[in-house]
Amino acid sequence: MKPTDTSNPEYFHQVVDCQFGCPAHTDVPAYIRMIAQGEFSDAYMENRKSNVFPGILGRVCDRPCEPACRRGRVEEKPVAICRLKRVAADHRDDITSRLPKAPATSNGKKVALIGAGCASLTVANDLAPLGYEVTIFEALDTTGGLMRTNIPQFRLPPKVLDEEIGYILDMGVDLKTNHPIESLKGLLTEGYDAVFVGTGAPRGKNLEIPGRYDSDRIHIGIDWLESVAFEHTKEIGKKVLIIGVGNTAMDCCRTSLRIGAEDVKVMARKPRGFFKASDWELEDAEEENVEILINHSPKEFVIEDGKLVGMKFELMEYKVDDNGRIDRGTVTGEKIIPCDDVVLAIGQDNAFPWIERDIGIEFDNWDCPVVDETTMMCAIDGVFFGGDSAFGPKNIIWAVEHGHQAAISMHRYCQGEDIADRLPRGMNLASQKMGMHEWSFSNDYDPASRRIMPHVDLKKRFKKLDIEVELGFTAEQAIQEVERCLNCDIQTVFSADLCIECDACIDICPVNCLTITANGDEDDLRSRLSAPAENHEQPLYVSADLPHTSRVMVKDEDLCVHCSLCAERCPTGAWDMQKSTLLVPYAQDELAEEQSTSAAST
Amino acid sequence: MSFIAKPNVSHPGMPKNSLGLSQRDYEGTVSTLCAGCGHDSVTAAIIQAVFELGIEPHMLAKMSGIGCSSKTPAYFVSQAHGFNSVHGRMPSVTTGANAANRDLTYIGVSGDGDSLSIGVGQFVHAIRRNLNMCYVIENNGVYGLTKGQFSASADIGSKPKKGQPNLQEPIDAVSTALSLGATYIARSFSGDKEQLVPLLKGALMHRGFALVDIVSPCVTFNDHEGSTKSYAHTRQFYHNVINMDYIPPREEIKAAYDDGEAMPIEMHDGSTIVLRKIDREYEPTSRAASFKYLRERFNAGEITTGLLYLDESRAEMHELMGNVDTPLTQLPLDELHPGKEELKKLQSRYR
Repeated sequence: MKPTDTSNPEYFHQVVDCQFGCPAHTDVPAYIRMIAQGEFSDAYMENRKSNVFPGILGRVCDRPCEPACRRGRVEEKPVAICRLKRVAADHRDDITSRLPKAPATSNGKKVALIGAGCASLTVANDLAPLGYEVTIFEALDTTGGLMRTNIPQFRLPPKVLDEEIGYILDMGVDLKTNHPIESLKGLLTEGYDAVFVGTGAPRGKNLEIPGRYDSDRIHIGIDWLESVAFEHTKEIGKKVLIIGVGNTAMDCCRTSLRIGAEDVKVMARKPRGFFKASDWELEDAEEENVEILINHSPKEFVIEDGKLVGMKFELMEYKVDDNGRIDRGTVTGEKIIPCDDVVLAIGQDNAFPWIERDIGIEFDNWDCPVVDETTMMCAIDGVFFGGDSAFGPKNIIWAVEHGHQAAISMHRYCQGEDIADRLPRGMNLASQKMGMHEWSFSNDYDPASRRIMPHVDLKKRFKKLDIEVELGFTAEQAIQEVERCLNCDIQTVFSADLCIECDACIDICPVNCLTITANGDEDDLRSRLSAPAENHEQPLYVSADLPHTSRVMVKDEDLCVHCSLCAERCPTGAWDMQKSTLLVPYAQDELAEEQSTSAAST
Repeated sequence: MSFIAKPNVSHPGMPKNSLGLSQRDYEGTVSTLCAGCGHDSVTAAIIQAVFELGIEPHMLAKMSGIGCSSKTPAYFVSQAHGFNSVHGRMPSVTTGANAANRDLTYIGVSGDGDSLSIGVGQFVHAIRRNLNMCYVIENNGVYGLTKGQFSASADIGSKPKKGQPNLQEPIDAVSTALSLGATYIARSFSGDKEQLVPLLKGALMHRGFALVDIVSPCVTFNDHEGSTKSYAHTRQFYHNVINMDYIPPREEIKAAYDDGEAMPIEMHDGSTIVLRKIDREYEPTSRAASFKYLRERFNAGEITTGLLYLDESRAEMHELMGNVDTPLTQLPLDELHPGKEELKKLQSRYR
């Protein structure tokens, strides 16, 4: 293999599994260390830089970082990254003075953002401080989009939403609530320099089976949740069936329990392991005694005397092949399960009835607009999409990242620059050595297991709809959990020219990730390392030829616990521990770059 | 030294040995030697050898004297027996321990100072007795613990970090052992575990005195230009004459060895050592031929490594003395100590 090019920012970026897994590239290990030092406000601001809504995401993020976390490979459970984010948010001081502010004078450019959800709010957050006049149009009378209407208050208290959305609106954003956009064509004639569509995927999927329209006790999940959120719906029957087993289904079943249901069953078509819901959401629902019935495929609603009395299911049996793929299943029988209400939570679709089909936007087979994945622009110049409205339902953190990228494009577009010619990502590396064997971070491996989030007592939590179930980590829990982080951003950086091949690093490495051997191609090298290197998603770090023997140092990044012992045992300093900081450009960096270039040219 | 212990976490894909233990189970405390010390690599090789042989930790005895090398038994197999003895006296303490309990596997770790200066008398007599042990010399040519004076194994012309080059003849542990009739003699290098680990395995399983002389650079006092025991010098003049593989009892010997080049030698416990000559001239079973070869290569400035001499036929100490098979520690007291009357009878035979 060729020597690894560590000057490419993407190399060390991919070693930081959590940050690499995060669509918004939050510098997780950096903020966890800030929490460890009690610098909660700094940790909050570090989060806010990339994910804008740390308090919200610290509760309800889909947390792609956690399945990616190296700790989950070294032992069973990843670091509770999401919960630590909430620790930063819960314990921060007043940070309003540290927030970006709009300049005194506008830059003369006006942008319109449609929908007041997380995607549009991120665009506003990035563009208002640059001097843009930002207008948000929202159909409802409140902000937050699905974060407010679909996530129940017992998971995400409204005051958390209000506070973090307030930070953005206070930058001088013009919010127009109760202002649905009925025609994009019309809006485009109103003189905005750029338009952003962040309207989500607002249409819950229906289930067209017999009996569907014979009762008013059959609800579409996301509409029903919204209705509960706005207190239009205040009760539900005693026996409730939730169809579908995604995260919306989990919110539906838990909401039902708080407004009158006593027996809630979640009906899954497939077996466990094929559920769409996140593991922790399933756990939380099951803790509340929600029953999940597997292998039940809906067949029809059972209506007697015009009243919904139950639902008929086909009982399924599936075969799973060696690759873990499931077949279509065979029907082995039928069963009627009695119920008073049914909530359909089987997915969401995009819907753009307000976008005229003759104005130049292309739509694909799923009625999604065709949007460039880098620039977020559609076929009409100056019209950008983000969040669920761009590529179908994803999650909040993706919407935030779309917002950041769209903001960069909108800025470049408004300044008359090529939107594809964006600033590249960069990387800083800085040694963390403080003394002979002292590092700037807690390098010892803490074998503590993952802390468990304390919950409000089962009896108490159902009394009201807005009792937040998760209490947040205690100080003791936070202190222990931060020590579980492996500091993957503090990289083992190797200088081949200094190596005397004494093997000290290889001998001390607790997870056998180092080898000095003759070079070869990747498959060959992987077969000759100190420990099996079977995780091909994790790279090998290959050095230049070593001075004494022309062999190479190979590091399998997979299970490195960043304990620094290789660097401590190295007599020549060939190994060093260096903090890699990914430099992610935002709209403000584009502006700064433009200003420095124009200053240089004058 | 490091402030943290080696983390208690390991690669889930690492193998277990015949006892169901992992290599991590054979570790000791973290080394307090200088970072980059060759001795730490030797320690790692010992850990690997003992792990692969599946030696039960409580059936291993780690013996040492004084010096950097003699600290190292603390760094492997924490659960083994250990005796850190007086400077240069490891061989006699091992003789005593072995006399009392012949069932243990003995590994003595010594240095060039401990074995070739203060302890040279002990060293040579342990060889004469053919004491059943694995005797490791971590050979760096200097007294590291007293800041780098030349030891008895320093080569003529080798330069110290400061001061004059060495002018005195070195004592070569390998040719000394050869002349005294050691039955397993190997030389290796701390930086070549591929060679070192099989040599250690063979030495641990050999019945009789097994010497493994290991060039183990002192990274602090003897790793500079002009030193003949540095990493760079050793790599440059390293000359492997004979490869060996250790094959445990009942394991099939691979067909690849049957090509005439390979010499399988059966050992007392039923395991096999397969020697493969890299230099066809070399005769690893002839003392005279080996001696001649080693001197010639030494004069040419080469460091000859590999399993340099092997004799499985000679009796070890207990056999020479006609001792009982049962370790003395396990004999009932009345057998071990027959009483005054028996002693009188015995003494009367010599009157």
